This record gives sequence, structure tokens and C-alpha cells, in this order.
Amino acid sequence: MMGTTLFIDPGRCIGCQACVAACRECDSHRGKSMIHLDYIDAGRTAAAMPTVCMHCEDPVAPCAEVCPADAILVTADGVVQEAAKERCIGCGNCVDACPFGVPKLDVAEMLQYKCNLCYDRTSVGLAPMCATVCPTSAIFYGSIEELEADRPGAQAIDVFRFGSAEVRTGCAVVAPDSFTGPAPGGM
Amino acid sequence: MSDISYPVVAPGVGDFRGAGGAEPAAQWKATAAGERLVPTHCSFCGVQCGMYLRVMDGRVIGVEPRNHDINKLRLCPKGVVAYQQVHHPDRLLSPLMRDTRDGPLHLVSWEAALERIVSEIRRIQSTYGRDAFGVLGGASMTTEKTYLMGKFARVALRTRHIDYNGRLCMVSAAAANKKAFGIDRAGNPWADLLETEMIIVAGTNIAECFPVAMQYFWGARDRGAKLVVVDPRETAMARTADEHVALRPGTDAAFYNGMLHVIARDGLTDERFIAEHTVGWEAVRDTVAAYTPERVGEICGLDPRQIERVAHLWGRARRCWAAHGRGLEQHLQGVENVLSCINVTLATGQIGRPGAGYGTLTGQGNGQGGREHGQKSDMLPGGRDLSNPEHRAYVAGVWGVEEADLPPKGTSMHEMVRQMADGEIRGLLGMCNNPFVSLPNQAVVRAGYDALEFHVQSDFFLSETAARADVVLPSTVWAEDEGLTTNGEGRVVKHNKAVEPPGEARTDWEILCELARRLGSGDKFPFTRPVEILDELRVASKGGLADYYGITYEKVEATGGVFWPCPTLDHPGTPRPFEGGRFYHPDGKARFVAVEWRPPAEPPDEAFPLRLTTGRTVAHFLSGNQTRRLPGLVEQTPRPWVEVHPSLGFADGDPVRVVTRRGAVTYPALVTEAIRPDTVFVPYHWAGAIAANVLTIDALDPISKMPEFKVCACRVERGQAVDPVPEPPMPPGEHPYRPETTPLGDPRSPTSPQGRGTAES
Repeated sequence: MMGTTLFIDPGRCIGCQACVAACRECDSHRGKSMIHLDYIDAGRTAAAMPTVCMHCEDPVAPCAEVCPADAILVTADGVVQEAAKERCIGCGNCVDACPFGVPKLDVAEMLQYKCNLCYDRTSVGLAPMCATVCPTSAIFYGSIEELEADRPGAQAIDVFRFGSAEVRTGCAVVAPDSFTGPAPGGM
Repeated sequence: MSDISYPVVAPGVGDFRGAGGAEPAAQWKATAAGERLVPTHCSFCGVQCGMYLRVMDGRVIGVEPRNHDINKLRLCPKGVVAYQQVHHPDRLLSPLMRDTRDGPLHLVSWEAALERIVSEIRRIQSTYGRDAFGVLGGASMTTEKTYLMGKFARVALRTRHIDYNGRLCMVSAAAANKKAFGIDRAGNPWADLLETEMIIVAGTNIAECFPVAMQYFWGARDRGAKLVVVDPRETAMARTADEHVALRPGTDAAFYNGMLHVIARDGLTDERFIAEHTVGWEAVRDTVAAYTPERVGEICGLDPRQIERVAHLWGRARRCWAAHGRGLEQHLQGVENVLSCINVTLATGQIGRPGAGYGTLTGQGNGQGGREHGQKSDMLPGGRDLSNPEHRAYVAGVWGVEEADLPPKGTSMHEMVRQMADGEIRGLLGMCNNPFVSLPNQAVVRAGYDALEFHVQSDFFLSETAARADVVLPSTVWAEDEGLTTNGEGRVVKHNKAVEPPGEARTDWEILCELARRLGSGDKFPFTRPVEILDELRVASKGGLADYYGITYEKVEATGGVFWPCPTLDHPGTPRPFEGGRFYHPDGKARFVAVEWRPPAEPPDEAFPLRLTTGRTVAHFLSGNQTRRLPGLVEQTPRPWVEVHPSLGFADGDPVRVVTRRGAVTYPALVTEAIRPDTVFVPYHWAGAIAANVLTIDALDPISKMPEFKVCACRVERGQAVDPVPEPPMPPGEHPYRPETTPLGDPRSPTSPQGRGTAES
């Protein structure tokens, strides 16, 4: 069951990178964006899609599962946290394990960085910065009911298939209602 | 303005996945404590998104989204980093001066700078006449400042030569609106879009130029509206539109005539609206009769069936909306293009109701307010006409001068540049503009400025134009002053002061008042605070078309914006000026104006077979002086490129030399199917040898005098090497701020018109 979470809707994305700019404003990683913004159909269209941490939950997030230093903790409410700086050994296992290619490794600092779902904001009832500023609500923070009220016919997908493996995620991707999941997760 | 605590904001109030209540992680530091949030609006485009500036210890340290009625928390990438202008290391902190026209700039005191300016104004005006000193303003200033620009020129200098950079931005729409509606204003607030059934977006790349306005358009589509985008490029908005009308640049009027041809032919006009609320339909009906879909398809390079489909979508919808931008306006027949679009709107009665709307999207933050109160060559405050004796007498009365002492109307911005080259204008005061980048045909612009005997320019970064001036005055960014702006809807909002100006920087209104005092007109410029300027402006606009009399700071702050006209203090403002089919000509009716399509000033030929069009990219703003120094934006889009169709035979990143009759620049190619094969695109935010205005034509619309930026003839050829990006100008001995993450001179094209994907950075 999805509660209040992030919904990514590539059909609405205009590729403006407001999310990237907003992510750089985070006081815990000022100047660095944790969002991957890809122009996914370059040369043919202006299509774009942001990738944020999907906060996987099945069985636990792959990044946390493979962390040899137990640096990646999951909060009781399901947020998969950035590797704790005092524990992270910069091995990059999480980078390799993430099915969505989300964590970044700062090789100079030998530390992992990734989205914490703006815990400073969400824990006090604010939406994450990326979803707050997104001009088109291609990144939407709210409940599935709020999403459906806003855009009839949308469907949220929170199961992704990678080969024979399925991953259930805490964040969801919006697809047309004609689509039947799980979503193809890539290679 | 008041100090307030962090706002409680939607959407999505509550905890992640609904579990709720967990403590923040160890080591987590939220730094909200000790901050002050100053409510204001963005410094950039005509959407005028609300935002809070985070202020601590007298410094702006960041931005916090603001749930203002316009933007509902949202910001674009420029809005997010707008605050980084405030304490930027490249800020001008003291006046600069050069002793001879070609000598080097050096630091100088305000006293010496002001003395030089005043003595040069006196010398030039007494030697060559009052009109030999010109003034050029801009529409990114507050309304108070733009009002003062006009008053300064006409009262302190008594020169006829004042104009502003809205000449490049808004004037074609303004002139067409005035002709059709009798008033220069958008028809509806954007919230009305949510009730529309059919939208035409005519020549505006909203996703990149006005990203935050997208929510209204996507919101309309969520509710079932059809979307038609008219643009030679498949923009991010056009990508999923119901119809993308990829017409040839310079053929817009033919397209709207063709649409109206089908609408009239198939009986889809609103005869009752035409009869009750308009004048001149017969002439338009007879004109469009010749614009058959087949002929229009031929002119525009379109499938005639698409013209039929779009006309039927419009003609059969109950509520339609037309939004246009520079793509329709920056043409030799820009005014007529807009009128051809308005004709469609009027013939179907699609204006002045919720969901039935019309409006241009203003490019600059105060594009609307900046053109209403007298810095335009032919206008006085309140949208009054400088050639109308009654209007002159009223404003002269407010200013305490003789009507006969007000100069007559002057010339347009680009005409003034030519007059500089001709020696007709010998001295110039420039504020809030950067014509070396923003005007077409750079060689002509440089020749004009080079010929000046004296040039003073104010800015907060040393723009390319300021770098050529004899005196450069350090001015403030928007967060260091307060005042009103009017957004694209006609909604007046207020910018608030967050911090004191750095160094010796002064606001433009303080500079104008001080110059006026030294020129002997101090009694007419006694202002010590922006509100005093507003109070005079309110009276000066009273009874005019753009009546601001009922607009006060308190009212704007209390309401989230007041739509002009607002003639009395208890008037609620006018969100829908055309409600009930009421227009502003003396008979209350709108005017149809018949338009014949004419080819652009420079149609393609054998030597120059392609059409060059120019425009914006989302990470930069206008002449780039505000954005080319901000690291995040430079990282997103470090340089200009040329967008070409694959059929032209280039690969991504190839050096491609774009050649027009005026110059040549070698850009990296961005090869994409999302542009017409006969058209190439170059973004215009960069300066010097890589500027788009090396290429563009300085042909002007005969009515609005707006340059034809959107089409000229060009050819493309394989180049040797991509032309490098010049460093932004700095005072002698200083170097621009440039973090390691954003090296200059990256020769690659972006991944997509919106910039470089972050995976590649």
C-alpha cells in the first residue's frame, strides 16, 4: 500500500532541471544534485526523465543489503538513507547493486551520496524540494488518491522487473492506465 | 513585509509512506533556525513566481518555495538559483570610468562619476540639442523605476529619445492588443486555463521560457483539453501535443488566416458575438476566403489536412485559449501575426470567459508593467499617449511642468542605435539592458555605441554593453530593493527587499534622483523611498487605460496580486478585462483587422537556402548577463549550439558554421529530428563572437519596430573548430568567478535543447 510518497511522471517532464537545481540546495549536500536527469530520446525528441532514489523495500533495499559496513540504514517509515558518513567506506557496492543507478560515489571523499527524500523537510510535513519546485509535477509528492484526483487515468507502478527479479519500491512511476505492470526495469 | 516562520505547505503534507513520526537520522542538520524568510517574487520571467529568500546575518543564503497564487510553490531552475546573484563575487561594487572613449576602465568615486555624467549631459545637450542625449531602459526593473526612467528623460533631460528593451520583447503584442481590444492587456488569469477545452500555443516554448506556467497547461490537459502547439521545433510541450503544427518560420499569419478560412467556411463562427461585440468582420472574412488549406499548406510547409483538423478542434470546442509569444511577435509582420491570431479568437467569441482566454506571455519579469508607465518612446504613464494633447496636459500637471515642455515622441531602440551611428544621438544613459547581446545585427549595434561621445550604463554585473561604457554605475539586484512588477496575466505583485546593497551599489531610482538633482530638477525627484514613487505613479496613471490608482503595497501584499485596471482604492482589480464581450474602444467593441501574409524580410534563396530562427533555453535568461555567471546554470547549458535536422548530414557535436549575410559563427551541432529540415535554431543568450546577433537581421516591424529575430536566411557548412565561449567581462585586473565544476569553453553541444543530462556531467 502506498502512503504519501514520490510519484515520477515522465509524460509531464519538460527536462528543465528545476529538480536538479533544487536538489543542489539541500543543506546536507549543498552544490551536489542527487537527481539524475536524462534526455532519454535525444536526437529524436525533447523527452526527459528524472530518476530519484526509489527507496526500494523488497525485501530490503538492494543498496542496504550489499553494504559491507552497514552504513545504509532504513528508517521505520521506509526511507532508505544515504550511507552514514561515519560508516561509509566508499567501496561502491551500493552503486553496483542499485537497479536504478541512483547512488553516486564521490571518489575524492570516498563517500556515497544519494537522495534521503529530503528527510529534513518530509519529517516536518514539507514535500521534498524536487517535488515542491517541479513546474509540471512530473515529480509529485502526495498520496495515490491525491495523484488520481489531480490527473484522472493515471496509474502508479511500484513493481519493476529486472530479468527474472522483481523489485518493489517505495516511490512509484506514473504510467497510462492502459499499461499493466510490472514496469520493465532495464537490462 | 514581515518576518514569518516556515510555511506549512502542500502538496503532500504528511510523512513518507504514511508511517509518520520517525526522528530525523543521526547527524542530520536542518538549518532553519535563525533564518528570516522574506516573501518576494522571482527576478526573471513574466510568470513572476512567488518565493521566499532565506536571509541570515544580512545575507541571502538560499531560497524556499512560496505557496503564492501564481506558482503554487513551483520554481524553474533559474528561479531556484536566482538568489545566487545577490552575493556573487562578480558583482560591481563601485563605479568605473574610462577617461577617453577607448581608454581602460578604472575605479572611480561616485562623486567623480556623477560629476562626469552631469557635465557630459550638459555639454552634449548644449552643443547638439536636448535630443542628442538618449535614454534606454528595461523591463526587468520595478514599475516604480520604469516610471522614473520616463519622467527623468522627459523632465530632467527633456529629450525625446527614450525607449526600452521591451521593444525586443512585447511591443508587437502590445500594438496588436491596442488595435484589437483598445487596451494592451492579457484577457484572463492563467487559472482560467483549467476550464478550457482547446489550447493553441502559438510560437512560444513555454516549457523553457515560462516553465512554471506549464502547470496550467498540463492541468487543462488533465481535465481533457486538447493542445495544439505551433512551432517549427518540436518543443518539450509540443512533444505530446494533440497537434504539433511545425510551420516554416515567417508564415504565421498565413496559418491563422487558413484556420479562420476553415472556421468560416464550415459555419463555426460565433455570429452573435461578432454582431454584438466586434467591428470589421466582413473585411477579414473576405480576406481569409483566399487562404484555402491547400494554399496555406504550400506557404507554411504543412499538410492541408492538419489545418482543417486544428480549425475544427478550435471551432467545435466550447471554450478555447490562445497563448502566444515571441515566435509570433518577432517578425516583420509581428503585429499582423498577432492580429491574425486575435481574429480567430474574436470570430469564435473565445475571449473574456473562464476557459475562453487570450494572452501573450511576457518575456521579462515586468514586461507588462515596464511598458505601461512611460519609458516607451511614445507613451506616458497609465498607458497614455505622448501624442495626445489631453494626455500630455494631464501628466504635465502631475509632474508640475508645462505641457509644451514635454518632448514629442521619440524613436525605437534599434532606430536609436542607428541614430547614434549617424551622430544624431551623441550621449546615452542605459539601465537594465544589454543591447550588445539583445539587439539584432551586432555590427550595427557596436557601430552605434562606438560612435557615442559619452555612454553611461548601470548594471550589477559588468555586461558586454556596460564594458563599452565611459561610466559604469554599480546597481542593485532585485533582492536589494522593493517595488511592483506586473506579470503576464496583468497581475501586479511586489518584490521585497531582503538585504542591503553590497559595496557602493545603489538602486537605479536613487541614481536617477541624484542625477536629476544635479541637473537642476531635484524638486521634481524628491523621492526617498519606492513607495513615494508609486504614490506619484498612481496619480499619473489615474484615469488612463493602465490605471494603477487603486493599487497599493498593502493591497498587493494582502491579496496575492491585483489585476489592473484598478481605478479606486476599494476596486478589486480586473482579472478578466473583456468579460461580457466588453472592449476598450470608445464603442466598447473589439476590432477585426484584416491581414495579408507577407514573406519575411529575407526569404531563403540559393546562396542562403535555410531559415535561421533564434530563441531561449531554459537555463539562461535573455542577454545572459544574469545567468552566464551562475555555476548550476552554466553546468546545465555551458554554451550555445546550432540545432539541425539529420537530413543536413551532420553528426552531434560537429563544428557547423552558420553563415548569414551579416556574419558567421561555428557552433557544435545538436542533431535532432525535432526541427524542420529547412530550419536551424540558435539560442541567443551568449555574447561576442558566438552571439546569435552576429547572424540575425535588423529588419523591423513597421508598426511596432520589433526586430525580426525569428527568421532570416542562412546556410550551414562544415566548420573547422567550434568557436569558444568568451569569458564574461570584468573590471580591469579581475577575473570572473568560475568553479572547477563548470569550466569555460566546453566545446560539446547539450544533450537536448534543455541542457546536458546530469549523467554526463
